[in-house]
Amino acid sequence: MNVLKNIDSIRKDFPILNTSINGNKLIYLDNAATSQTPNCVINSISDYYKNLNSNIHRGVHSLSQMATEKYEDTRKKFKSHFNAKSSSEIIFTSGTTHSINLVSSGFSKFLNIDDEIIVSQLEHHSNIVPWQMLCEKTGAKMKVIPMNNIGELDLNEFSKMLSAKTKVVFVNHVSNALGTVNDIEEIIRLSHSVGAAVLIDGAQAVPHFNVDVTKLDVDFYVCSAHKFCGPTGVGILYGKEEWLNKLPPYQGGGEMIDEVSFEKTTYSELPNKFEAGTPNIAGVIASGIALDYINNIGLGNIKDYEDHLLNYATEKLLEIEGLKIYGESKDKTSVISFNIKNIHPYDIGSLIDNLGIAVRTGHHCAQPIMDFFNIPGTIRVSFCFYNTTGEIDTLVDALKKASTMLS
Amino acid sequence: MKIKDIQDEIVGEFDIFETWMDKYEYLIELGKSVPVIDEINKTDDNIIKGCQSKVWLHAEQDEGVIRFYADSDAIITKGIVSLLIRTFSNQKPEDIINASLDFIDKIGLRQHLSPNRANGLNNMIKKIKFYAIAFSKSN
Repeated sequence: MNVLKNIDSIRKDFPILNTSINGNKLIYLDNAATSQTPNCVINSISDYYKNLNSNIHRGVHSLSQMATEKYEDTRKKFKSHFNAKSSSEIIFTSGTTHSINLVSSGFSKFLNIDDEIIVSQLEHHSNIVPWQMLCEKTGAKMKVIPMNNIGELDLNEFSKMLSAKTKVVFVNHVSNALGTVNDIEEIIRLSHSVGAAVLIDGAQAVPHFNVDVTKLDVDFYVCSAHKFCGPTGVGILYGKEEWLNKLPPYQGGGEMIDEVSFEKTTYSELPNKFEAGTPNIAGVIASGIALDYINNIGLGNIKDYEDHLLNYATEKLLEIEGLKIYGESKDKTSVISFNIKNIHPYDIGSLIDNLGIAVRTGHHCAQPIMDFFNIPGTIRVSFCFYNTTGEIDTLVDALKKASTMLS
Repeated sequence: MKIKDIQDEIVGEFDIFETWMDKYEYLIELGKSVPVIDEINKTDDNIIKGCQSKVWLHAEQDEGVIRFYADSDAIITKGIVSLLIRTFSNQKPEDIINASLDFIDKIGLRQHLSPNRANGLNNMIKKIKFYAIAFSKSN
C-alpha cells in the first residue's frame, strides 16, 4: 500500500495541522526535529492530571497504585514493542540525550587510557559530546568511522579500526541530517567480535520502522518519545540486563535506593536504579499512548507511505534548477537534506517560513557532516505519515519562488 | 542625519510594502547592495556569535565618527545588517550609545525573526554599542 487510505482522518487527529502561520496553512515538514502530537496523546496528559495525578511506587493509597500501574504497564508496552527480554531492561529517561549520557558516564568505570571507543561521522552532537567528555575523563581515545559521498558509513574501514582495545561503539540507526539507515546489524556483529559494547541511537529510526533489540543483539538502544508522536521530555533506554547491572547509577536520589544510611547506601534493582526522583509520569504514560497510536496505523503501513512521500518529494525537488541533495543512500528514511545553487539555507528557510512551511535549516546538530560536504548547512525536509503529496507540491512551488527571489 | 531621522526614514520605506514577501524582496535588494567589509577584516574575531548565518562586523573611527563595515554569507541577514549600518555608521560614539533602536519593531522585523535569529540580531546591536563604548573611552 502506497497511500494511507485514511489520511484525512489521520490528519484530523493532529489539531496543530489546522494552525495558520503568517496567514498560510501550516505545512509541517520538520518531523525529524519533533513530530506532532495526536489528540489521544494530548488527552492522555490531561486525563492523567485530571484523574490520576499522584506519585508512583511509594503510596499505599489507591491513586498512587493506579498511577504506578499505568506507568509500569507502559514499561511493559515498550518491552514488547522492542522485544526486550524483560521489563527491567526498559529505563525511562528525559530523552535520547539523557539516555546517552547515562550510559557514557557509566562507562567511565570501565575505561582507561589504553582503551578506544568508536563513533561515526554521521552522528548528532548528542552522540558525540557525551563520549568526548568520557574520553577527557578517562584518557580513552575516540576513532571515527568515515562516510562516503552519498552519506553511507564505510564498514570496511570500521572493521579495520576494531581491536581488543575497542570498548564501546556508538552509532545512530538513522542519520538525523541525511536520513541514511545504517547497517547496524553488521556494526553490532563486528563490534561484538572484538568484545566491544554497542549503543545505537534510534531516535530517528523508532518512528519509522520496527526495532527488535533481541534480534539485533544490541547492548543499548535509545530513543525519544517526541519523535514518534509522544510528548517532549521522555526518552526510552533499552539496555541488556547484564550491562545495566554492571553500570553504576547515573543520578542519586529517591526511588533508586534500597537502604540509605549516612554510612552506606545500597541501590535498588533495575529499573529503579536508573530512575532517581519522581519521573515524568504523565509523559511516560502518554508515550505509551503514542506507541499504541503508531502501532494502530502500523509501522509497515507508515514505512510504505513515508517511502512513497520520500520518492515523490525527491523526484519533484530534483526538478528545481540547481538543487543538490546531500545523503543519497539506497536505504533512507523520509528525510531530504539539500541546498539550492549557492543560496544560504537560512535565506530559503526564512522566505518559506513566511509561506507557512516549517523546515529545518542549519547544521542539524551534526557539524561534522556539514564539514565533510564543506557547506554551512542544508535545508532539511522530513516527512511524517500525516504529510501529503499536496504539501510537497506547495513546498516545491515555494522553493522555486524563493530561489528566484534570491538568485 | 541623526540616528532617529534615519530610523524614521527606514520605517517610511517599509510602509510602502503591503506584503511580507515585498518586504523581504526589499531586504534582499539591500543585501545585494551593501558596501561590504574588506576581506582582511573578515576575521574570526569579527564574527558575531548567535547567528545561524555568519556575520562579520568591523568598525573604524574616523574624524570623531564610527564607520561600520559588515558582511554575511546569507543575503537576508546582509539586508538586515545593511539597515543597522545605515543607522549607525558615520555617527558619534555617544549618539550610538544613547540611541534607542525602534525601527526593527516598527517595520515588524523582530516578529518575523525566530528567537534564534532575534538572538543574532541582539548580538549585532550589542556589538555595535560595544564598539561605540570602546571608542568613546579611547577618545
